[in-house]
Amino acid sequence: MIEVSNLTKRFGDFVALDGVSAMAETGSLTALLGPSGSGKSTLLRVIAGLETPDAGRVLIGGKDVTGRPPQERGIGFVFQHYAAFKHMTVADNVAFGLQIRHRPRAEIRARVEELLALVQLEGLAGRYPAQLSGGQRQRMGLARALAVEPEVLLLDEPFGALDARVRKDLRAWLRHLHDETHTTTIIVTHDQEEAMEVADEVVLMARGHVEQVGSPRELYESPANEFVLTFVGPVSRVAGSWVRPHDVAILLSPDGSDEEAMVERVVHLGFEVRVELTDTTGERLTVQLTRDEADELELASGDIVWLRSRSVVDPDLEPV
Amino acid sequence: MSGSGRIALRVAVLGYLGFLLVAPVSLVFYRTFRHGFGPVWTALSNPDAVHALCLTVEIALIAVPLNTLFGVCCAFAVVRYRLPGFGVVNTLVDLPLALSPVVVGLALFVLYGRGNAVGDWLTGHGVHVLFAMPGMLLATIFVSLPFVVREVVPVLREIGDEQEEAAATLGSSGLQTFRRVTLPSIRWAVTYGVVLTTARALGEIGAVSVVSGAIQGRTETLTLFVQRSYENFDPIGAYAGATVLASLAIFTLALMTVLQRQRSCR
Repeated sequence: MIEVSNLTKRFGDFVALDGVSAMAETGSLTALLGPSGSGKSTLLRVIAGLETPDAGRVLIGGKDVTGRPPQERGIGFVFQHYAAFKHMTVADNVAFGLQIRHRPRAEIRARVEELLALVQLEGLAGRYPAQLSGGQRQRMGLARALAVEPEVLLLDEPFGALDARVRKDLRAWLRHLHDETHTTTIIVTHDQEEAMEVADEVVLMARGHVEQVGSPRELYESPANEFVLTFVGPVSRVAGSWVRPHDVAILLSPDGSDEEAMVERVVHLGFEVRVELTDTTGERLTVQLTRDEADELELASGDIVWLRSRSVVDPDLEPV
Repeated sequence: MSGSGRIALRVAVLGYLGFLLVAPVSLVFYRTFRHGFGPVWTALSNPDAVHALCLTVEIALIAVPLNTLFGVCCAFAVVRYRLPGFGVVNTLVDLPLALSPVVVGLALFVLYGRGNAVGDWLTGHGVHVLFAMPGMLLATIFVSLPFVVREVVPVLREIGDEQEEAAATLGSSGLQTFRRVTLPSIRWAVTYGVVLTTARALGEIGAVSVVSGAIQGRTETLTLFVQRSYENFDPIGAYAGATVLASLAIFTLALMTVLQRQRSCR
């Protein structure tokens, strides 16, 4: 288990962490989610011991490690820009932590082989990091961090430098890996979709504070405030209430509707169709339909339609 | 650029280098060996010449390792630890490049000379800095100080500290990280700096000339030997000494080129 309490960290005038308390259960996968400058990376680095907090405590597995260096925290850390040891082969990168611990050579070789198989880099043991793709480099980084069997695995925007396709693959793969190893894991990300997809629990941060902690579903369906509401997914305002775009029905007659609107644009995104509209007050909003629904309505820009919200997110949110 | 323009530029650059660098140095080699190897050998086996060469090498062998150690530590302090006041250090390191060696020599002369507290105290304890090895060493260290720092600082900045942080999270101590992660990354920069430091140390004359007193057979380095031979109408001695110096310089340059090529191959 990882527990932090009342962490404060300043960089000059900038307050990166302002009395942050949070925890991650043993064996769980927790996402630290937030926009840039929210303090999520700083929090991760404080947990790792790469930054020293101005105040507050860090506990890993019930032990207070606040004053301890990273070497003594039993962690594995994965960096956004890989931090690969450029002059070492893939195998030597993965073996690094074990060599530092003076494990027998045969054991190291076996462990490296096993890890490279786990991260699907079997044939690349003799390559140098420069000869790998971004996705391969990051998988090597993961194998390197896992080699020392850390109590907790900390990932700092691990897929941030990769292109969208590879990101999506690695994300699913990471979740799969976690289900196999059950290492307590914290992943930092600014991508709400990524957090929602991989994490059991999400800690949403903004401006050095924790805004809400909960399962992805809790955050999506009962956001604590408007910031959480808008950050975890798109929302539209229908007749004064916040609604998720897929919870709005488009009607061709005013019966039983909440609001009138005009179609601005219809965007086809494969299975999903996004309809952009303007209501009578001139406010823009978005509705998400399936392709079949859209085909049935035969919408075109300029059409006048009526909207009905199937469910509102939360009628009494506290304003931010 | 047009074809003729390119040719003109090439001719201009080569002409400039040829006239100002290649011609004078070649002339020294030519003059040295004009009458064959015999006279050169005689001039170089003269005890004063041998002593001068040994002294030059000896000074370099002490000054270069010291400046290498200092250079790497200093670059680390400037780039990694950002200690207060180290911005000034970064500028101060360039001082030997900006300052004329004669001024350096004079400054050492004033500090360690007679009538100054430091100089008198040292002399009182039997340590002679001026007109002796320590003074020449100090002068050489001073003038050849910036090179390792200047080579290592940009490389340290470029590689960043992520690899070192990664090593720390994997359980590596500071010393282990330096040896296994940082040093391999800055190895070429250090080598490069060492080569430049060596070249500067071997060729130094201005500051050393002031503090050594250029006593023949005692505090005369190879550069001073060349100067004296020339002034005493012993052209063969001067040419021979100059050829040895030039050969050392060319050897260091060649070494640097080879290293550079190796670096770009990786």
